Amino acid sequence: MKASNPNKYSFSAVEPGSGLKKAMEMKRSEIIAEVSASGLKGRGGAGFPTGVKWNLAAAAQAEQKYIICNADEGEPGTFKDRVLLSDFADLVFEGLTIGGLAIGADKGVVYLRGEYTYLRQHLEAVLRRRREQGLLGENVLGKDGANFDIEIRMGSGAYVCGEETALIESLEGHRGEPRNRPPFPVDTGYFNQPTSVNNVETLAWAACILAKGANWFKKIGTDRSTGLKLFSVSGDVENPGVYEFPMGISVAQLLKEVGGEHAKAVQIGGASGHCIPAVQFERAIAFEDIPTGGSIIVFGPQRDMLDVAKNFMEFFVEESCGQCTPCRIGNVKLLEGVAMLREGRCSMHYIKELRLLGETMQVAAKCGLGQSSSNAFLSIVENFKDEIMGRASQPA
Amino acid sequence: MIQTEQEKLRDEIVALAERYGRNRGALIPILQEIQKKRFQISDFAMQLIADMLDIHPVEVYSVISFYSFLDFAPKGKFVIRLCRTISCDMQGKERVARQLENDLGINFGETTPDGKFTLEWANCLGMCDQGPAMLINDRVFTEVTPEKIHEILEECRGTFGIFSVENQEGRSA
Repeated sequence: MKASNPNKYSFSAVEPGSGLKKAMEMKRSEIIAEVSASGLKGRGGAGFPTGVKWNLAAAAQAEQKYIICNADEGEPGTFKDRVLLSDFADLVFEGLTIGGLAIGADKGVVYLRGEYTYLRQHLEAVLRRRREQGLLGENVLGKDGANFDIEIRMGSGAYVCGEETALIESLEGHRGEPRNRPPFPVDTGYFNQPTSVNNVETLAWAACILAKGANWFKKIGTDRSTGLKLFSVSGDVENPGVYEFPMGISVAQLLKEVGGEHAKAVQIGGASGHCIPAVQFERAIAFEDIPTGGSIIVFGPQRDMLDVAKNFMEFFVEESCGQCTPCRIGNVKLLEGVAMLREGRCSMHYIKELRLLGETMQVAAKCGLGQSSSNAFLSIVENFKDEIMGRASQPA
Repeated sequence: MIQTEQEKLRDEIVALAERYGRNRGALIPILQEIQKKRFQISDFAMQLIADMLDIHPVEVYSVISFYSFLDFAPKGKFVIRLCRTISCDMQGKERVARQLENDLGINFGETTPDGKFTLEWANCLGMCDQGPAMLINDRVFTEVTPEKIHEILEECRGTFGIFSVENQEGRSA
């Protein structure tokens, strides 16, 4: 594994512990107000305002509450959480501690994907040190009644467990099948108690926001998408890796920074995201334009977009939990459609049918996986018609 | 007194249930430990775990069948999982796959007859900037080339059994 250079991220400029220290001097409502004021939105991709989520969890009445760090980073093309957990584990745990104190949870759980088992030893060592330093456990930083501890739980190789209710099902010892929402986890979550589920990166930014103030974060980015964001860049670029950019950066600008100007298309948001053709490279990466959890996969001029569609659809056919019909059957039909296109025997009529199916899945599937699994297919069919239709037969 | 394999397994599961608690939430951690140690979760293990957690064995079965890192069928001591997602695909995972099949003499989804290696596909391993990537048990390998495969497999072979470094040293001493 390549060594990374932590110094290139803003996280390294934040003094470890300073955010938590400030949070300890604040009331719970003040912590949440600070995070709300920063405009921080969930960095996993869905973009739900973190302050609102914490506020709902804080307002819920219960004896026991939980906060969960979603480290089930499974979206194709995403690896920023791996870098964060390797290089800035303290900051992530600090954010989790702050969140726990803010919502009134004394227990935090890190749900780490099974594929990242090699990170566990390091993370357990950081947790042990934090307990010794009095940053975890009873009376955090000597404050009476501020109890908080963190447990690491491992996933077992299921992409769908990155969906928050499936993650909770998995923690409870069940198949990772998403629940109906509502009720939302902030109300009825882990063991039916109020639970806030936050992405690794969200928690790290929350710690930074407490340390440096909401205004610092708010000044960066756009009105509706504030702050900085980590991007996992891979594919046909000169310098793949994890980059930090302000929200609202245009696709063209980002490609210039990473050495991928010659791209013909960029997949933004992973397999469940959208495929953006070169003519749209002036669009902004932000929640109001192209939302993303940070996955940027760049396709050079030589790439066959049907290979890409095939790879993504195979992914979803395998990772669908099978609970609801639109996702279980729909993805299989879309994959068959890709095969027909590859063989050059797909009528325009049938393409229209498949698009209707994809759009139906977006509204009819039960969880985020099924609702977004047709995105890549639809955007490739929409944007690369002349490339994919009427082809000479190709083995499926 | 001779302890049968089944008794040994029972002791292990009882100890795990003590450690993780006798509740449903402990199910997956217990299954993960058994999988790691025994390379499979047998029918007998499923029944014992169900008894310990006071749930029906079919519940245990259903959970194992859901997760790709848990399995009823015996897996090799080394489970090789090659990433097949798009970024690794574009970086040449197909050739690495062929070489793995050639060097192991098995196809994807199979285990070598000596029970040492299982070859599987994995979805995105989060190493997209350094592909092709693969996992061998918990260890991650990046920028794998067909050429490196032999060396990596030899290193695995060298860590246990009659080929292990310890055994070689023991014999020469």
